[in-house]
Parts: sequence; structure tokens; C-alpha cells
Amino acid sequence: MQEPNELIKNLVEKHGRTRNALMPILQDIVAAKQYLDPSDIAMVAEELDLSAADVYGTATFYTFLDTVPRGKNVIRVCKTISCYMSGKDEIINALEKVLNIKVGETTLDKQFTLLTANCMGWCHKGPVMLINDDVYHSLTPETAIEIVQQYKEKSKN
Amino acid sequence: MDTSNLKKVDIIFSKVDNPLQILDKALQKSPDDIINEIIDSGLKGRGGAGFPTGLKWKFTKNEDSDVKYVICNADEGEPGTFKDRQIIEEVPEKIFIGMALAAYCIGAKEAYIYLRGEYNFLKKDLLSKMEKFNNELKNRGLDITLYLRSGSGAYICGEESALFESMEGKRGEPRNKPPYPTKVGYNNQPTSINNVETLVFVTMIQHLGVEEFKKLGTKDSRGSKVFSISGDTPIPGIYELELGMKVSDFVREFGDGDTKAVQIGGASGFCVPRKNFENTIIGFEGIPTGGSVMLFNSSRSMYNILHNYLDFFVEESCAQCTPCRAGLQQLLKGIEAIKRREKPASYLNELIKLSQTMKMSSKCGLGQSIANPFVSIVENFKEEIIF
Repeated sequence: MQEPNELIKNLVEKHGRTRNALMPILQDIVAAKQYLDPSDIAMVAEELDLSAADVYGTATFYTFLDTVPRGKNVIRVCKTISCYMSGKDEIINALEKVLNIKVGETTLDKQFTLLTANCMGWCHKGPVMLINDDVYHSLTPETAIEIVQQYKEKSKN
Repeated sequence: MDTSNLKKVDIIFSKVDNPLQILDKALQKSPDDIINEIIDSGLKGRGGAGFPTGLKWKFTKNEDSDVKYVICNADEGEPGTFKDRQIIEEVPEKIFIGMALAAYCIGAKEAYIYLRGEYNFLKKDLLSKMEKFNNELKNRGLDITLYLRSGSGAYICGEESALFESMEGKRGEPRNKPPYPTKVGYNNQPTSINNVETLVFVTMIQHLGVEEFKKLGTKDSRGSKVFSISGDTPIPGIYELELGMKVSDFVREFGDGDTKAVQIGGASGFCVPRKNFENTIIGFEGIPTGGSVMLFNSSRSMYNILHNYLDFFVEESCAQCTPCRAGLQQLLKGIEAIKRREKPASYLNELIKLSQTMKMSSKCGLGQSIANPFVSIVENFKEEIIF
């Protein structure tokens, strides 16, 4: 069995070794590196004395606990009713064009992943997207592109 | 608008000078006295289900257990609902006080907020305010601590037993009920789980008095309610309104002059067509809502709206029980097949029957409530679904 890496060691230290600590541990790993890779899952399982299948089964239930590689910035555009009515398709089209990827894909430089998501609780200010934990509402194709450009600039510095 | 028949209220977001005084005043009463006041107020849960809050606390208090929990359900995920987010942003102390009072009343030492992952941006601020509040509780010699837990993007975790599963580090799959959470909840201990807004109302009933709260609303729907209003309206947003209003009055205030239908209670709620605006009440005696009211004007295709709802539920169903998992897929495939003329229009009746079977046989509220939007949209807008 592999030695747990520093990140997981610290998180287990912080949240404890009980099953109740599983979600906070997985959430913090995703916050740190955007997704859970198989070795993360195996290590967490080992530390919490659970089977890796059980941990994987839990993780894959949750949309935000990604188990496939994601970019540094994960964009989630809301596709539920109000955002659908206020034009989420135009936002998605604009983002696909500026990032040169389709929904579900990650840019070659691993900076951006573009996803859709269900209702995010901003129905009065659609269309809306999350970039990591940050919310951007009342979007137009132009502002959505501008926001993504700002993230691009940031990643260069 | 002066001609409005709606009464706007300012209880939930009202600024209170020193909210901790509400806590101190309430703590002079016994748990039973507070619980009886809440029962007397007629306060029902504001998350949508509408269970009497005082009774929930009483049942949890009456359980014989050393370990009990209070949980504030901030997993606001119903499409069209966004009021809890604003309550958390603007008046978190009032939520904390409601949680502390719940813990005091039922005899719990730990109280958790389960915040949906989509609201992670609120976490930092909320945690620092929570820490201050915990110190205030300690200073008062109370053995009660508040904690924050996060969701990770699963609508179903707003269902109380799925939420417990999630907090226990498992897939968010609802449990069979009974036993109810007041007996067997988080960590299999008696648990009182309340919506964000409900807890703020508890605080404000302590502040304003039971009589003041009872002045508002109707016999079946006491008090006011925070509404999340969206869709085809010139003034979308969050409004606190007296309960028991007619849909027609609501549309006069919030519609764009061309409203053809109003969806009350979110994607899992009911669609009210124009012809029923006058005789439909928003409240527990009519159509209850966790706050979501969405307006649709005549430019909208009800087929597309129903399709969007079904897409949502197909993705958000936990898929553990067959009626919900398979039923949802068939409803979606079914309306698509009718649209493409692969199935006759009469096939809609089969689909309605299927949604009613789901209502009877699904394990939790998600599968049970699909018939609400499905039947109310299909029956009132049959032509739009078929042609």
C-alpha cells in the first residue's frame, strides 16, 4: 500500500478517521486539486479503514466530487429552467468558442474545464455560472467571455 | 403598487439591533414553554413540506436519548428557490439563534448547518460569524456548539434522510420512513431538522411575540413567507409576503401582463394555468411552496419547460428505487416519442398513469412528487405537449 501523501495525511489529521469525516476530506482534496484520482481514493480508504469501492461509490454520487481529471478552473454553467429561459445556451456557445472546447472537456493547457450543472439558486439573475466556488450572474455572452479572459490573465501571472 | 392585494412583510430580513437579546430573553423560559409557544404560533416548516415546527421539536425532545442533534437544512436546491442564500448572507445571527433555541429545547449539544456546495462562497464569512456566536454560547454557560457541513452538488440531499446519509459520509440515498428523524436521524439519533427560514421565524416569534405572528396569514397558513420569484416577470427577486394569497393577485403584482401559467413550488410543484388563477390559493390550504414561484408568459413552450424539469429529475434522482429511476426515464422518452409522432397522443394517458404509480411506489419525495408538475402541465397544456 502506498504511503498517504502530505495532503491526505493533513486532512485526516484535521477531520478525523471516522466515516463522518469522509465528505469533508473528499471535498478538501477536490478544493486543492480539482478532482480525486484513484490513488487519492485508495489512500483515503486505507486511512479511514473503508474499502476503496465504498469511497469511490460515495464520491461518484456527488456532482462536485469529480473523479476524472479537471482543469485548474472548473466552469459550471447552470442549465435549469430560469437560466434556460434567460439564455444559458448562448453563454455555453460563447464559452465553447473562447475556450475552444465542448461541454465536458478540458483545455489542452489544463486551465479550464467546461461543464453544465443544475440549479444553483440564482434564478432571478440568470444566466449564471460558477467558476470554482465563485458565482457570476446576469451573464451575457460578452461578460462571460470577459470573465474567462480575466482567469486566463491570472493564470499567466 | 397601491392597488395590490398582497401584503408585503418585513420580518425575516428586518435588522434587529442586538439579536443576542432575543436569545437571552428566550433562555429565561423553559424548553416546554418555548415549544408550546411555537406550537401555538402555528408555524409550519418553510422548506416546502410544512410540518408543524413546534411538534417536531416536541417529538425530538420527548425521545429518551443522551445524544440528539439539531440540523439547519441549507441545501436549497429546488429550481426557482434562492431565498435561503439571501437569508444566510444577510441575517445569519437570526439563524444561529433559532438553532441554539432548538438545541436548548430538545436537549442537543451539537447543531449543524448543511450548506449546499453551490453556496461554498458563503462559507468563510459564515464560519467566522459562527465562531463568534459559539463563543457567545460558551460565555452563557451553554453546552451547545454550532458546526458547518457542506454538500457537493446533489439535489436529493435536501431530502432530510439523504442529508443525514451525506453527513455520515455515504451516498445521499434517502432512507425508508418511518422511523422519522425525530426518532432516528443523524447518526441514528433523534434529530430535529429545520429549514433556514423556519429557524429565523422561531427567532422572530420569540422577538415579536406569538400574537404578532398569528395576525398574519390564514388559519391553515399562519404568518408570512419568503418567496423566490423568477421567470417572466419584470421584477424578479426575493419578497416576503403574507400567506394565503390568490394566484390572480400574485400575477397582477408580478406578472408581465402576458402570464399564461405559474409554477408554484419549484420543479416538483404544480403548474397553475391562467384559467385557475382566480380560484387557487398559495398556501397550505391551496398549493404550498418552499418559496419558489415561477411565471411563464405566452412566448414559452410548456413542452420545453416540462422537458427541462424531467431532464433535471433524471439527473438528480438518486436512482436507488426502480419507480423513480426507470419511471423518470420513461416519462422523458415518452414525451419525446409523442412529439416525434412515434407514439399516439393517447400515450400521454399511459404516462400520466406511470407518474401516479411513481407517486404511490417511490421511496422518497422526489419520485413521489413528479406527478405534480407532470400531470398539471400535461393536462392543462395538452396541445403544446402533443403538437
